[in-house]
Amino acid sequence: MTVLEFTTVVAIVSFVAGLLGSLTGLGGGVVLVPLLTLLFHVDLRYAIGASLVSVIATSSGAAAAYVKEGFSNIRIGMFLEIATTLGALLGAFLATRIPTSILAVIFGAMLLYSAFLSRKPRPLDQRNLPPDPLATRLRMNGSFPDLVGPRSYNVQHVPAGFSLMFGAGALSGLLGIGSGAVKVLAMDQAMRIPFKVSTTTSNFMIGVTAAASAGVYLSRGYVDPGLAMPVMLGVLAGSFLGSRILVKAETKSLRLVFSLVILVLGLQMLYKGLWGKI
Amino acid sequence: MAGVERPARQSPAFQPQPWRDRRMALILGNVLRAGVLLSAAVVLCGGCIYLSRHAHEPASYRVFRGEPSEFRTIRGVIRSAMNGRGRGLIQLGLLLLIATPIARVAFSVAGFAIERDRMYVGFTLIVLAILLYSLFGSSMGV
Repeated sequence: MTVLEFTTVVAIVSFVAGLLGSLTGLGGGVVLVPLLTLLFHVDLRYAIGASLVSVIATSSGAAAAYVKEGFSNIRIGMFLEIATTLGALLGAFLATRIPTSILAVIFGAMLLYSAFLSRKPRPLDQRNLPPDPLATRLRMNGSFPDLVGPRSYNVQHVPAGFSLMFGAGALSGLLGIGSGAVKVLAMDQAMRIPFKVSTTTSNFMIGVTAAASAGVYLSRGYVDPGLAMPVMLGVLAGSFLGSRILVKAETKSLRLVFSLVILVLGLQMLYKGLWGKI
Repeated sequence: MAGVERPARQSPAFQPQPWRDRRMALILGNVLRAGVLLSAAVVLCGGCIYLSRHAHEPASYRVFRGEPSEFRTIRGVIRSAMNGRGRGLIQLGLLLLIATPIARVAFSVAGFAIERDRMYVGFTLIVLAILLYSLFGSSMGV
């Protein structure tokens, strides 16, 4: 393939990944790295570098729209960013030392978990939880506009959430993804933050987390301009379009298809990693 | 802008987030969007130059070689972009993109300081230090 052909095809694939990722809410980055490595035979390290950059772009681009809706909680986000950025630094340093076959196995496991999580019914928000002393001292409790008016919430289990967020940051730095799946685990399951608040706050945090590892990736020479250019522009355009048509589209069947794609890619990554073909 | 008016309906029984928090979030959101658009424009310019010069060369990313220093240090990227190199401009755009969330965090320090929230000024400074270390500390040595 010539540079022109490669750039065009990668841009189209990235556009579709960004579009589907934003329509289904599952994120485009998670399919980009396996697609680049399995389809285009891009070295895993270049693929992770390019994906990481596109994660910053989509997260930062979408945050502006989310913020207007008044769901995200800046304090929860900023406090947990201490954990995710430290984790991201650790993940990025580990990524330069771990062999790519092991990275591929971790990536495959992460994809399988994301596919599983996307099929699981969303747990109902628990209401009227008692205020937690630590969360109160950290001023994390808040309220958000609900259908019938503002609804307040009390954040729970801050230490557990903080530790899980460190793990989410490490995975993000290691694999070049937003690792929304782990963030959901930390914020929904452990901290009991209402779904709307946790998804938008998590999106707000993803860009900062990815920026922490992107500096390391760039300085280690993992970000190739010729590859990152079509990936970043494609994903950004795709997710921008996705956020525009989100309200009209029927996302249920789309979500099923996309999670099947994630499942297949996860199995492929596991296979390639375990048999040392990557 | 209907969303902005909503907090006015809040009953006193709730503990709403301060109004300034919402205002701050809106400003931060716009900082992020402007940064992304600027960096995408720079990457696009660089991409056009790169493609116009190298379109017909073979593309292969099968083997990992690592980027030369002109594409992986801040000084190298700026010098290469100043020389009008396409890939240098792309890397400069990507550097701007990485700087965008960092700018957001820096703005948040000011926002929490205006709210006189010392605890969160502290937390935000920690995040800022980690980000600056990642961008400068890890590339200085190379």
